[in-house]
Amino acid sequence: MTETLAPVQPVDLLAKFDPIIQTREQLLAAGVEDPFNLVMEQVLSPTRAICNGRDTILLGTYNYMGMTFDPDVIAAGKQAMEDFGAGTTGSRVLNGTFRDHRDVEAALREFYAMDHAMVFSTGYQANLGVISTLAGKGDYIILDIDSHASIYDGCAMGRAEVVPFKHNDVEALEKRLKRIPEGAGKLVVLEGVYSMMGDVAPLKEMVRIAKENGAMVLVDEAHSMGFIGEHGRGVAEDQGVIDDVDFIIGTFSKSVGTVGGFCVSNHPKFEVLRLVCRPYVFTAALPPSVMASSATSIRKLMHGGNKRAHLWENSRTLHKGLIDLGFKLGTETPQSAIIAVIMPDLEKGAMMWEALLKEGLYVNLARPPATPAGMTLLRCSLCAEHSAEQVQTILGMFERAGKAIGII
Amino acid sequence: MTPADVDARIRDLVAPFNKKGIAIEDSTTFAGDLEFDSLTVMDFVAEIEDAFDVIISMNQQAEIENWGQLVAAVHKLQDS
Repeated sequence: MTETLAPVQPVDLLAKFDPIIQTREQLLAAGVEDPFNLVMEQVLSPTRAICNGRDTILLGTYNYMGMTFDPDVIAAGKQAMEDFGAGTTGSRVLNGTFRDHRDVEAALREFYAMDHAMVFSTGYQANLGVISTLAGKGDYIILDIDSHASIYDGCAMGRAEVVPFKHNDVEALEKRLKRIPEGAGKLVVLEGVYSMMGDVAPLKEMVRIAKENGAMVLVDEAHSMGFIGEHGRGVAEDQGVIDDVDFIIGTFSKSVGTVGGFCVSNHPKFEVLRLVCRPYVFTAALPPSVMASSATSIRKLMHGGNKRAHLWENSRTLHKGLIDLGFKLGTETPQSAIIAVIMPDLEKGAMMWEALLKEGLYVNLARPPATPAGMTLLRCSLCAEHSAEQVQTILGMFERAGKAIGII
Repeated sequence: MTPADVDARIRDLVAPFNKKGIAIEDSTTFAGDLEFDSLTVMDFVAEIEDAFDVIISMNQQAEIENWGQLVAAVHKLQDS
């Protein structure tokens, strides 16, 4: 005999996201193209694509050095795919370390002039893995409040005590370091360039203070690799403190133009991380094509002086042009290849984003909670492959869209 | 400091953040009643940390929802 069970209505676990669903529906009901559902039907170059059917200049892809279409980078990837197949189907510590995984780590050691390099499947996983493995229960992580989500997630995963300090505030960092119980493990986590506003950290002072207070230092240089510092090693190099940084985290999905994350270090015990870092061990290694493309790209970036100079020229021109047009920017001076244009609110920001898209320009619409202080930003990231003419075209698009929406 | 002293001291510190002048009792919540966003929380916590020379980690902050819990936590921290 079968009993009929009365179905019990489950608590809807997605109900907590109702406010987000509502905000999104309101935005779309106003007739705005969905900023989080853009499709690139064709990618023509590092700076141009067909987006939602329109020929569009790309100004929000972090493709700082334009390596995505570099012929050598593509050729290396094709060859590796021919020779080693489409994927690894395995963890780095089992069957997933191929020739090119070793080679890309060698390329990173050359690029940073450091003893050790470890490659992760994404930049997110590099932060998640390294931070959670370094700082565990009972240890302290002192971090900038505006740190990237992957840093916060790494902190949560490791269960260390997390002590945030006000963005880029040297004194706030020092006060907190001094209050941490004696003998506790301390990791100071900083970023070279903060990706929302495009501002640079005062690493020189912060790294010194961290060292004076017995802390280890990790710096995420995701948004500076390849064009900041004499050798493109980042803000820590530029400010002369790279030798005092214990761990540098970086990514391949920006200047390198592929995908993947990494950590480089001179710590003598660094290699043990390969055995104990869960986001390294319990996931498949990147495809050999990605590794070969990345190694080629990293070695080319070591000789990218001219491209670097042009990227800075682009950043300065766009920054000055936008200020002259009357836009409010995230930084008073161009500090990186990111220029954040501050919008009055989410509604105006979405309208401006759409107006620019219709002009043929793609930028990132960034909004809370990803942004500091609840701001809505149009985040522009420049590429060394943007021509001087393209930058002028971009300024014209900003002028027309800004006037149409009533922001300038 | 006694719990009452701690309460009085934090009451001074919260005033600039309590924009609507909400009457604060032990059960008053920061997110709900006082409508603190994450930025306000950071500034308010920094004021308390400086005033009492303590650290209130994010892990500890996550356990503090209302005024009474905050006063108890700070009282305990400054004693240790």
